[in-house]
Amino acid sequence: MATYKISVNDKLLTVDADPDTPMLWVLRDHLNLVGTKFGCGIAQCGACTIHFNGFAMRSCQLPVSAVKDSKITTIEGLSKDGTHPVQKAWSEIDVPQCGYCQSGQIMAASALLKQNPHPSDADIDLAMNNICRCGTHYRIRKAIHLAAEKGVTSK
Amino acid sequence: MSDQEVSRRHFLKVSAIAGGGVMFGFHLLADASPAQHLTDTVFSPNAYVSIDSKGLVTLMSPNPEIGQGVKTALPMILAEELDVPWDKVVIEMAPLDQSKFGAQVAGGSGAIRGRFMPIRNAGATARQMLITAAAQQWGVSESDCYAENAFVIHKPTGRKLGYGQLAAKAAVLPVPTSIVLKDPKDFKIIGTRVHNIDNHKIITGQPLYGIDTRRDGMLFAIVARSPAFGKTLKSFDDTETRKVNGVKNVVQAHNVVAVLATSTWAAKKGRDVLKVVWEDTGKLESSTDHIASFTELLNNKSDKPGRNDGDVDGALANKDYKIVEAVYEVPVLPHANMEPLNFFADVKGDKVELYGPTQVPGNLRGAVAKALNVPLENITLGMPRQGGGFGRKLQTDYGVEAALISQAAKVPVQLLWMREDDMQGDFYRPASMFKYRAALNPTTQEIAAWHFNGAVLAGGSAGKPDGFPAASIANYRADNHGLKTNIQTGPWRAPTSNSVAFADESFLDELAHDMKKDPVALRLELIEKAKSQPVGKGASYDPEKYKSVIDLVTAMSGWGKAKRPNVYQGFAAHFSFNTYVAHVAEVTKMKNGKLRVTKVYSAVNCGRVVNQSGAETQVEGAIIDGLGHALFSKVTFNKGAVEQTNFHTYKFLRMKDAPIEVVVKFVKSDDAPTGLGEPGLPPIAPAVGNAVFAATGIRYRKLPFEFDKV
Repeated sequence: MATYKISVNDKLLTVDADPDTPMLWVLRDHLNLVGTKFGCGIAQCGACTIHFNGFAMRSCQLPVSAVKDSKITTIEGLSKDGTHPVQKAWSEIDVPQCGYCQSGQIMAASALLKQNPHPSDADIDLAMNNICRCGTHYRIRKAIHLAAEKGVTSK
Repeated sequence: MSDQEVSRRHFLKVSAIAGGGVMFGFHLLADASPAQHLTDTVFSPNAYVSIDSKGLVTLMSPNPEIGQGVKTALPMILAEELDVPWDKVVIEMAPLDQSKFGAQVAGGSGAIRGRFMPIRNAGATARQMLITAAAQQWGVSESDCYAENAFVIHKPTGRKLGYGQLAAKAAVLPVPTSIVLKDPKDFKIIGTRVHNIDNHKIITGQPLYGIDTRRDGMLFAIVARSPAFGKTLKSFDDTETRKVNGVKNVVQAHNVVAVLATSTWAAKKGRDVLKVVWEDTGKLESSTDHIASFTELLNNKSDKPGRNDGDVDGALANKDYKIVEAVYEVPVLPHANMEPLNFFADVKGDKVELYGPTQVPGNLRGAVAKALNVPLENITLGMPRQGGGFGRKLQTDYGVEAALISQAAKVPVQLLWMREDDMQGDFYRPASMFKYRAALNPTTQEIAAWHFNGAVLAGGSAGKPDGFPAASIANYRADNHGLKTNIQTGPWRAPTSNSVAFADESFLDELAHDMKKDPVALRLELIEKAKSQPVGKGASYDPEKYKSVIDLVTAMSGWGKAKRPNVYQGFAAHFSFNTYVAHVAEVTKMKNGKLRVTKVYSAVNCGRVVNQSGAETQVEGAIIDGLGHALFSKVTFNKGAVEQTNFHTYKFLRMKDAPIEVVVKFVKSDDAPTGLGEPGLPPIAPAVGNAVFAATGIRYRKLPFEFDKV
C-alpha cells in the first residue's frame, strides 16, 4: 500500500492503494467516481475510457503508480452539468440505449474532437473502437458530426 | 377488450393502496432525484400515479429497464391518458411489487404490448377522478369539464383548476367503475419523439447501474467458479488469498468460492491466487462433437414433425422436379452484456435486501427465498437501470450467488463477475444446424416441396414450423431434433428467430436465384398463396401485414431499380413477437477490395408506435447488434471450457464495420402495439448474406460470416 496524490478533474486527491491498482478501480472504488465503467479489464471494450493529459486512455490498463503529475479527466469532470458539445450532441441525437458504455464513448469522442475538430467518417471509424452491444454506432457517428458542427458555431 | 376489463378489475382491486410510502424506501437507491415530493403525496388512485398538493406528478415505471426504453415509453402512455405535459412529470423506477404492478419482466418484447391498455386505464382513471373532483368543487356537470395539460377546465366558463389543487379532493373519491379512454386521434405524447429520460444522468456519469451501488460496510466479492462445464468444486486453499492487502474473508457458496475485500482490485487479486481443485463430475463437451452430432441427427426425420402439409417425400422423389439442398449452421453465442453481472445483497438473519440488474425480479426473489430458506415477504428487491439484458438476466443464478455469499460472510456484498467469469458462466444462445431440401417445379416455376430439418443444442425448437413460408407451399414438412448437453443454454435476443431466420431467408434467396426470380418477387408470390389459398392449418403470420413491410422496404430502398456501381442489395424479412420486419442491406465493394455493409433500410409493422425515437433506436440497435454477431461472433468449447475467454478473442462489431446509415420506417397503424426489442434482429444476417451473394456469387451458409478470413 502506498499513498498517491493525483489530479482528477482538476482536483488534487489523495489515494491509498497498491501501486498496481488500475485507475479504473481507483476511480470507482476509492474515489467513488463510478461514471467510468468496467467492461472487460483488458483494454478491449473502452467502457473505462478517461482522458490522460487530454488523450483518450483505457483506465483499466493504467496503474495508479504511473499517473504521477498527469492530469486525469473522467466523465464527471468533462464539463459542468453535461454542457460539453459531445454530451449535448449525445442528448440531442438520443444516442443511449442501455447507456452503460456511453461514458466511455463520450470520452473517446471528445478526445477525438480535441485532436480533430472535423473528423470524417473514416476518422471516426479509426478513432471510435469502443464496444456497444446495443448497437448505437449509427447514432454515435451522427452525434460526433453534430458536436463537430456545434463546436465550431459556438466559437 | 378483455385486456381492458381485466386490467380495470386489477386497478380497482389495488386502488386503495397508496403508492408513495411504499416506494420511498427504495428511492434513494433507485434514483438520485429529490425524494421529498413523495412525502406529501395526496392523490394516488393506483400504484402508477401520484400527485402532490403542489401539482407535482410522479409516474412509476414498472418494468426492468435494460436499454429497451420502457422506463421512458411506459410513463409516456400514463402521461398521455392522465393529460399532463411530459416535461412536468417525474419518472421513478418502481420496486418489485407484482401485487400492485402486475408482471414486472423484461423479456419476450412484451412490456409495451402487454401493458399498453392497462397503463392507459391507470392514467385515464386518475384523470377522470380529477375531473370529478373539479366538477364537484364547481357544482357543475362532469360532462362540461375536460382535462388538459394538468388542469381541469370548465368548458362553458373557462374556469380551471390545477391537478395539485384537486389532488386532496380527488383522493377521497371512489375509484370509478367505468372510464373513457382518449380517442387516439387526440394523442399528444404517444407517437411523438421523446428522448431517453435517463440521458442526462448517463452522459454525466451519475450512478445509475447495479455495479455503481455503494453502501456502508459493503465488501466487494469476486468469485472463483468452475473453469469448465462438467467440473465441480472439490477443495480450496485460501492461505495466499488471505495475505492479500484488503482481503477480508473467503467463503464457499455452493459450487463457487468467494473472495471478499475492500475493493474490487483486492478481491480480484485474492481470487487469482486462490488454489482451487476442481474435479470432473460430468461430461466435458466440445463444439466439434456437437457439430458431428448435429450432422448425424439431420440424416433422419424426427418422430413427430412440427408441421406436415401434403406429401414432401413424394414431391422430393418426383423426377421432373429439381432438388436443391443446403445446410446452414449457427454457433453458440454468449450474451456479453456490457455491464458485467453483479448484484448487491445484504442478508441479516432472515431479512434480505437485494438490489441489482435483473429481467425477472420476481423470479430472482423467489429463487433467493428458496436458496436461503427465507420467507418471500422478508426479501425486498430494487432495480437499477441495467447495462443490457439480451436474455442473460432472465436467469437468477448470479443474484442467488450474491445472497448466499452475504449470508455466509454476514456482510453486505456487491458481487461482481469478471468478464472471464461471464464468458464461461453464461446461459448461451444454443448452436444449431439446419438442413433444407426443396423441390422446384420447372414447369410452373414454383417451390413444390420444402423440407426443413433442424437440430439445436439443448432442447426447444430449432425452427418456427408455422412461420413463413409455411402455408404457401403445398408440400411442407418441418422436423426438429434436440441435442442433450450440460452446457447451459437459455434465451438470447429473439430466441430461435435469431438463428432460423438466417437459414430460412438465405435458403429462400437460393431458391429464387435458382429459379431466376427476383427474391422479393418470389416472396410476394408465396405471400399471395398464403393469403388466397393457405395450405394446411394456415400460418402464424398475417400475409397482409407481412406484405406491408416488404412493400415499404422495397419502396424505401429502390429495390430492383437502377444499379449503382459497387453497391449490392440483399433482402430478408421475419415475423416475431407479433411484429413484421423487412430489411434491405446494402453491401459496398470498398476501394481496398473489402466488403462493407454501408446502409440498411428497414420497414417495421409493430402496430402503433409509442415513442418514435425509442422505437427507431430499438430497430437500429437490433440491426447493428445482429450484424455484428453475424459478421464476427461465436464461442466454441473445448472439453467444457469456453475458448473465447474475453473480448480479445471474442469478436464484436466496431465502428469501422457498422453501417454508415440505417433508415427505419414504420408502417402506419392504429393496431395495438406489438413487440419491438427483438424483432429487428433476426432478418439482418440473411439480408447481409443475400447482399454478399449478389456482390460475389458466394453463398455463406455458416455464421459468423468472417468475410475477412475467406
